[in-house]
Amino acid sequence: MSQIKKSFLLINRQAPYGSSAARDALDVALTASVFEQDISLLFLADGVFQLLQDQQPQGIGQKNLAANLSALPMYDIDQIFVSASALQQRGLKKEQLSLPAELLDDQQIATLISRHDQVMSF
Amino acid sequence: MIFSLLITGAPYSSQSVATAVQFAREALQQGHTLHRVFFYADAVHTGSKLATPPQDEMHIPNEWQQLAKDNDLDLVVCIAAAVRRGVLDEGEAKRHEKPAGNLQDNYQLSGLGQLVEAAMISDRMITFAP
Repeated sequence: MSQIKKSFLLINRQAPYGSSAARDALDVALTASVFEQDISLLFLADGVFQLLQDQQPQGIGQKNLAANLSALPMYDIDQIFVSASALQQRGLKKEQLSLPAELLDDQQIATLISRHDQVMSF
Repeated sequence: MIFSLLITGAPYSSQSVATAVQFAREALQQGHTLHRVFFYADAVHTGSKLATPPQDEMHIPNEWQQLAKDNDLDLVVCIAAAVRRGVLDEGEAKRHEKPAGNLQDNYQLSGLGQLVEAAMISDRMITFAP
């Protein structure tokens, strides 16, 4: 059981606040890392907002997600991919992101998805 | 093929749980294996024995329960997501000093490890999001 190692791609499509999706995906990523699986994260559509620096969700009574995301490298989760077109559509730049991430075009995203064993979407 | 399902949409609010039950039924009919069904986020409400839809509508919690009974399925409800939203089994109800548990029979509360394990064992993990 523990010797099974698969590659997981977790796709994040939702903004960090307004639904539980972002935190749900993060919890799955951390759990999969405990099981020593190979994990990649892909941020699409409004999911790219999860990576913005200087989030201040205290005003709506939420915990800061960015603080948790910045801990990912400590769990050896450093395969972070971001949709270049999603950033561009929202007027965002790579420099504004809180984690080192690789920008991918749509063709590269298709390739990324196809090379993973398991894909989960949030 | 061995399938596992991840469901995150709320029953009745979104189509996801209803679509998933149809997918599960069809996959089983075609001879595939369903290793585990994992209810996460708002989908935990599928495990409530208190759900009371009108008689002429699909009773989603019972549909899953029947499918689980007929095929010996593993229906797992994420414990952290469920307890937060007020879906508790008898043990959790006692632990948190609540008046009653409301988890439907044939469903069990467990952790995210069950989702990761399902993905490790299965050929395909299918997500049914809202």
